[in-house]
Amino acid sequence: MGSREPVIVGIGWSDYPVAPQLDAMDHHALALQRALADCGLDKSDIDGYMCAGTGFSRNVDDAPNMAEYLRINHRWIDGTSVGGSTFEFYVQHAAAAIEWGLCDVVLVTYGSDMLSRMGRLLGTSTFSTGSTRVQGPAQYESCWGNVLAGGYAMAARRHMHEFGTTPEQLAEIAVGVREFAGLNPFAQYRDPITVDDVLTSRMIADPLHKLDCCVISDGGGAFIMATKERARDLAKPPVYVLGAAGAQTHWTISQMPDFTTTAAAQCGPEALGRAGVRPEDVDTIQMYDSFTITVLLLLEDLGFCKKGEGGQFVETGVLRRGGRQPLNTDGGGLSACHPGMRGIFLINEAVRQLRGEGGEAQVPDCEVAVACGSGGSLSCIATVVLGKDGRS
Amino acid sequence: MSIDALRQTLSLRALPAPDNASRHYWQSAAEGRLVVQRCTSCDVYQFYPRALCASCAGETEWVDASGRGTLYTFTVIRQNRSEAFAALSPYAVGIVELEEGVRMMSNIVECDVEELEVGMALEVLILKAADDVGLPFWRPVTG
Repeated sequence: MGSREPVIVGIGWSDYPVAPQLDAMDHHALALQRALADCGLDKSDIDGYMCAGTGFSRNVDDAPNMAEYLRINHRWIDGTSVGGSTFEFYVQHAAAAIEWGLCDVVLVTYGSDMLSRMGRLLGTSTFSTGSTRVQGPAQYESCWGNVLAGGYAMAARRHMHEFGTTPEQLAEIAVGVREFAGLNPFAQYRDPITVDDVLTSRMIADPLHKLDCCVISDGGGAFIMATKERARDLAKPPVYVLGAAGAQTHWTISQMPDFTTTAAAQCGPEALGRAGVRPEDVDTIQMYDSFTITVLLLLEDLGFCKKGEGGQFVETGVLRRGGRQPLNTDGGGLSACHPGMRGIFLINEAVRQLRGEGGEAQVPDCEVAVACGSGGSLSCIATVVLGKDGRS
Repeated sequence: MSIDALRQTLSLRALPAPDNASRHYWQSAAEGRLVVQRCTSCDVYQFYPRALCASCAGETEWVDASGRGTLYTFTVIRQNRSEAFAALSPYAVGIVELEEGVRMMSNIVECDVEELEVGMALEVLILKAADDVGLPFWRPVTG
């Protein structure tokens, strides 16, 4: 590929997991400042912008509002909003825009004050109640008292039924991610947990326990993409976008065609194929862990193991600290932070690892990372393959 | 979830706003009938209702469903503080696979939540929630 090869040049986080002094726009702004400081670009260098409103806050932080607020003089803008995986889709879209020359420096920002403004309601409250009639596809679900966690719970139940997956196997995912959270001073929960701790935590939606569910937090992030050529005189080594692909199977959970298979079965192999990378070549996996079952399904669909064998796969310890393919090395959504749409943290953590900036959580010889986001209710999945080196 | 407790809280639920595609479905249920769409070109059944066949973009017609199905998957909600569900907890939310092959979300009623099993046979129980809306609940087939 020529000099327009797309790379990630800067990353930044706002403050998490609890930041009552910040509103959503503050999170966007702070993350932007820190991403600029990380790479040494000037704000005036930015000519592409991507942002999705959170929908979880009173703030209005969709792309055109935030482009105005941050005064981004863009030649190219994208406000795609598909839930937590939005930022994995953004890498795909931005890579294409950069390669085509539609813009040179793309900024992505995200910010959410969900915990401080709304409390811990997202996963366990009904979507709506009372006198307001519900429109659109949600009208077929709103009347049944389901909660967000319930959709994932139904996927877990079906997986257990078809493949014999056990609650202990799902719990193993939460235990491994918590170990990494212990190495992240910002993580919301850092004390080690055991499989038994997960299984004895309160049942939220059978068969998912409290510790099978992600945390609710505040937080924000930003990353900046540019061309390989532009990255030459910047502060940090570029991280290369080797492959990216996205797909969707449904939006509302009751329309999911097969509750044990996500759109990652399509976009995972596509992204890996573009990158010329096999699952066993991946050094670290940053995967959307809204719930433990989310990780299990995505691992299978991406081809890290066969469909139905995710339970045995996680039990091997391959995803643990010191394992062959460590998972969610920042402590993930299960323990570190989940401000509503966590996908940007997957990208930033993958970049941190590929740069060798992981500190105690650094994966040795980390050259290839996968970030796989899940948005909606296992609905919109995008997979990004990032590399320390380019495709040459 | 007893039927009496259900009836008393039905109107507190977040009920649908019928639209062009769904009006006939909800109205039929209000009259005690479960209907689904079938494509006049490719014969595929679909749920939820749409202005076209989502498989082939053809036209659809309404057909009566048999009212029988099986439990594809389910969860049990242990706690829900909302007025509509507080008194019903714990309650089952499930995905029902109808004999016609389509699936829908519903509550599985007249069944202890500990007795629920994937694959169990179910039959529909339609309760009227408003003049223009009936809600199809499902319960285990007995006898």
